[in-house]
Amino acid sequence: MSAVLVQDRAVTPTPRPPRVRSIVSALGALPTFVLLLGAVYCLFPVAWVLVAATKSSGELFSTSTLSLGSSLVANLGELATYRDGVFWQWMANSALYAGVGALLSAVVSGVTGYALAKYAFRGRALIFNALIAGVLVPAVVLAIPQYLLLSKVGLTDTYLSVLLPSVISPYGIYLARIYAAASVPEDVVEAARTDGASELRILTSIALPMMVPGLVTVFLFQFVSIWNNFMLPYIMLGDDKLFPVTMGLYTMLKQGNTTPALYTLVVTGALVSVLPLIALFLTLQRYWRIDLLSGAVKA
Amino acid sequence: MTSIRMSGRGGAAPKLAPYAFVAPAVVLFLLVFALPIGYTVYLSLFRTEVKGLGLGKGSRTEVFVGLDNYWRALTDSELGAGALRVLGYGAILVPTMLGLALVFALLLDEERVRARGFSRIAIFLPYSIPVVIASLLWGFLYLPGTSPFNQLLRELSLPEVDVLSPTGIYFALANIAVWGGVGYNMMVLYTALRSIPRDLYEAARIDGCTPLQVAMRIKIPLLAPALVLTSLFSIIATLQVFAEPIALAPLTNSLSLTWTPLMKVYQDAFGRGDIYSAAATSVLIAFVMFVISFGLLRLTRSRAFGGER
Repeated sequence: MSAVLVQDRAVTPTPRPPRVRSIVSALGALPTFVLLLGAVYCLFPVAWVLVAATKSSGELFSTSTLSLGSSLVANLGELATYRDGVFWQWMANSALYAGVGALLSAVVSGVTGYALAKYAFRGRALIFNALIAGVLVPAVVLAIPQYLLLSKVGLTDTYLSVLLPSVISPYGIYLARIYAAASVPEDVVEAARTDGASELRILTSIALPMMVPGLVTVFLFQFVSIWNNFMLPYIMLGDDKLFPVTMGLYTMLKQGNTTPALYTLVVTGALVSVLPLIALFLTLQRYWRIDLLSGAVKA
Repeated sequence: MTSIRMSGRGGAAPKLAPYAFVAPAVVLFLLVFALPIGYTVYLSLFRTEVKGLGLGKGSRTEVFVGLDNYWRALTDSELGAGALRVLGYGAILVPTMLGLALVFALLLDEERVRARGFSRIAIFLPYSIPVVIASLLWGFLYLPGTSPFNQLLRELSLPEVDVLSPTGIYFALANIAVWGGVGYNMMVLYTALRSIPRDLYEAARIDGCTPLQVAMRIKIPLLAPALVLTSLFSIIATLQVFAEPIALAPLTNSLSLTWTPLMKVYQDAFGRGDIYSAAATSVLIAFVMFVISFGLLRLTRSRAFGGER
């Protein structure tokens, strides 16, 4: 009975008086408004840093927060010459850690993920489960003994001490395995094998090229996670020539307690340091394949 | 799985290749994960004993103390206080972040809502900004001298709020994490939503359900597995909070060097040079995280998948 009633209502909607209609349309805009509010909240600090980076050190503390200052160029110049251009060294270090680390990580993840997805071999489940359990181990539980062990072989405070632990990514292997299972067809591999191609050749000239979009995703996630990692360089590095930009800006912020003029440089540095990430984020958007993760949720 | 069947049928199933392919990852895993974990557990069972004045080589020796370091960690009042602080911080952070992420994801999935593409990118954008930089930016937004919020309050002649006070700091820290994480969680939930067959909503709409009812009765229950997964990752991240308080500390006196358990581990290891206590505390933290993870995963299996299998 209710079904009949409901259907009736759906077919001939009862006309509403004008006042109710305007309330309804106002309510209709509410979801859009809420979503835009979220967007404003997320963009606000970025907008603030854009404005603040244009201010001189005096203006930063005195002028209205959202009014533009006059010394963006001066700030950039000062940042570039701060301690003989150490800021650019930090940016280059970050690019090195994140770029090389993520590249190696994508390759290792790709090869491992392919092997785990496409071969049946003894110990496969054990290896996969052990690698995945790695996600759950807190970073500090790893970073301190990694430091102690690396110091025994004299590798702390080197580029390698930050790069080496960044290459293995349980999450990357997990994604690569899902991607290999979905994107490398069995019959193509089987056909190549029948044609006498070696396993290495199948891997390098068939499987990995097919997995490229997935590996770009792994690269991106790993790039961001290495660029963002604070604890590892914080523990491993003492020489500030080796610092990534996050560590460098942090040490500047700490000195800002005694020399507030550094705050301006920190703000300008923060802006410059997020620009490449935002550019990377916006241009490679289609590779942010969160669906790989949620696909796994359903399985 | 199909791959097992296929390679078994070929007859000339490759025997060595898969081992060669996983070897680099396994070697790295052993070096970077297994060995350090084993070393931590080993260290946690020892302590240095100082002979004489403690000068010169050989005056310090490692002695086996069994579970004594664990007992000390468990009864350490500062560690307990740190754990409570993290619980308080997590109690603000996790529900707020996931609640907002869920609302935004549901709105993105609503065809009538405008500016969805822009909002999606804008809300996801903070994910690409390093936690330290985010803390630093928000730090300036909190700092009374540079805060636009306090400036606004001053202009409206309202009392100013100091979020860097000992109580406010919980909200200040939670806000940084919400800001950085809400977009990522929104995307996970949104992609899960996109995979729900559309005709389910159509049927509900014909039955007279409002969009709100569709969201409450169909979408949210179907999102349960994704919600558990995002909660799990959020809780793990919460327990590991380290960079935000470290980065905010130069701006306030409300954050001690041992404000969170992980900060205490760092302080024990490098501040006080007591790597043995640090190791025991690390193992305890890891243990708690494993218990929470497996507990939550078990709960998902029985609740979310129980009906289907």
